[in-house]
Amino acid sequence: MTETLNKSTRDAYGPALVELAALYDDLVVIDGDVGAPAFKDAARNLRSNRYFNMGIAEQNMILTSAGLSLANFRVFVSSLASFLVGRAYDEIRETIAIPGLPVKLIASYGGVTVGEDGATHQMLEDIALMRVLPGMGVLVPSDYNSAFALIKGAAELNRPVYIRLGRPELPLLYDNDDANFSLGGGRVLKEGTEVTICACGIMVHEALKAAKILAQQDLCAEVIDCYSVNPLPAQQILESIHRTGCCVVAEEHLLHGGLGDAIASLVCRSYPAPVKFVAVDNKFGQSGRAEELQEYYGLTSSQIVSAAVQVWTMRRR
Amino acid sequence: MKKLPKEEQVLLEEAAALIRKDVVRMIGVARSGHMASSLSIVDIMAWLYWKVLKTNSENPNWEERDRLVLSKGHGCPALYSALANRGFFSRDELWNYRRLGAMLQGHPLAKRTPGIDASSGSLGMGLGVANGIALGLRLRGSQSRVFCLAGDGELQEGAIWESAMSAAHYQLDNLIMIIDRNEVQMEGIVEKILSIEPLNAKFQAFGWHVVCADGHDFSSLDYALSCGVPGKPLVIIAKTVIGKGVSFLEGQLLDRSVVITRDLVDKALGELDSGGMKL
Repeated sequence: MTETLNKSTRDAYGPALVELAALYDDLVVIDGDVGAPAFKDAARNLRSNRYFNMGIAEQNMILTSAGLSLANFRVFVSSLASFLVGRAYDEIRETIAIPGLPVKLIASYGGVTVGEDGATHQMLEDIALMRVLPGMGVLVPSDYNSAFALIKGAAELNRPVYIRLGRPELPLLYDNDDANFSLGGGRVLKEGTEVTICACGIMVHEALKAAKILAQQDLCAEVIDCYSVNPLPAQQILESIHRTGCCVVAEEHLLHGGLGDAIASLVCRSYPAPVKFVAVDNKFGQSGRAEELQEYYGLTSSQIVSAAVQVWTMRRR
Repeated sequence: MKKLPKEEQVLLEEAAALIRKDVVRMIGVARSGHMASSLSIVDIMAWLYWKVLKTNSENPNWEERDRLVLSKGHGCPALYSALANRGFFSRDELWNYRRLGAMLQGHPLAKRTPGIDASSGSLGMGLGVANGIALGLRLRGSQSRVFCLAGDGELQEGAIWESAMSAAHYQLDNLIMIIDRNEVQMEGIVEKILSIEPLNAKFQAFGWHVVCADGHDFSSLDYALSCGVPGKPLVIIAKTVIGKGVSFLEGQLLDRSVVITRDLVDKALGELDSGGMKL
């Protein structure tokens, strides 16, 4: 690890844009008046006519992004997850997903760890909404370096991609020169033989903590960073479950429609085995500090530990 | 307002007549589609494709072409006929409109059909997409223009007004919006369902240059287009007649109240053939 400084995944967006702007003449960055704290500096580094704050008008922001893409620009568009996905869903569906335009949708502020702003700003349904759109790539990075690499890599992809970033500062899991990330990829962060733990975003960190606790209880867990929620790293997940016979999925998202549902569906179709979920069950968020909310909604290592123990007893022998 | 030279007037009238018959036949063969609201934009479509737009059917993605975003995507039979007759694809495709696997979808899909610059269908979105294209063309220093043909009913969508605000803010004078003001939407009269008037004043207040025109008079459309001013997007509020050209469809309230039967199609074509749709 070359850096130890804790940064959020959201922090990676600005610096990634600066590098992208140096690489691509055709880069255009669109924002819905929420970019300032996250990438004001980066915007300053972009050519002034390549960064547009489209105001508090997400529908037009998405439509304009689609138009710029039709005019052959490489478009990155960002807002808070709740407004980007929620407010402009029909626009994303009709003008980006259906025509398959390679617009990159960058959501800052995913999940409950947004904190004090409360339910309206804590998007827990975005992965579900985005991954059901045919052809839409969905990425949920777990640290600054993977977020940086995935944002940079997405610029090359000739398809729409949704990248969910978050607010909490997280320890680094990957080296800063690690470029081994791809749409459809996943990373085994800890090898194990008895239970597979698939996680994305902040829950990867909880999964690694849980694996340590499980090791003390003589349960050897494998932890996969499933940063690519759509398409899933299907072979990697199935291969792991072949060995372990059971799986826990952990995500900062609703139980319904997220990574858990995606993996359950994959497992059910390809290699039926018990799967347990650590996610928010049928509730919206609320105000509070990020750590308090994570605890309140059960998005913790201890929940993963108990799910792992339960699912392990359920596996077929 | 200058009258068009006779030959040009005749050429455009013939083009419009061709499109009108195609629209009726296409929808007749498909037995579904929005006949009356496709007919109201036929003359605008003929004017655009036979006179105004810089296009290249040999190279539909020609960089320097003018773009058209048909925001009222349901009016696409008129666009499909214009494109086929301008050589973008075979006229045979017209008779597969709305069929499984067809190139010509119920609402336009850019990647599937040569000459379609943007997909549309869900209303109120074309103007924003046209904004993005216009902004992109300007960033490239292109001289091409972007036309957005919108229905009047879809002006009830909020997104339109976000986009209207944005186009003026970015001073997109390479953008021309044409409103097909046929005064009718699915369930009745636009003004009775959710009033959009005063349209002229609304667009002016949003920072647009506004011109009214007769959407069935080529000279009037020509004049309106010539009124554009630097630094402002131009909107042409084109007064049209729903179902224009087919007497028993003109002024009809509902597209869907008209069941597309063989009889109806024959009757409409008979009228069009006998020149009943003279302008």
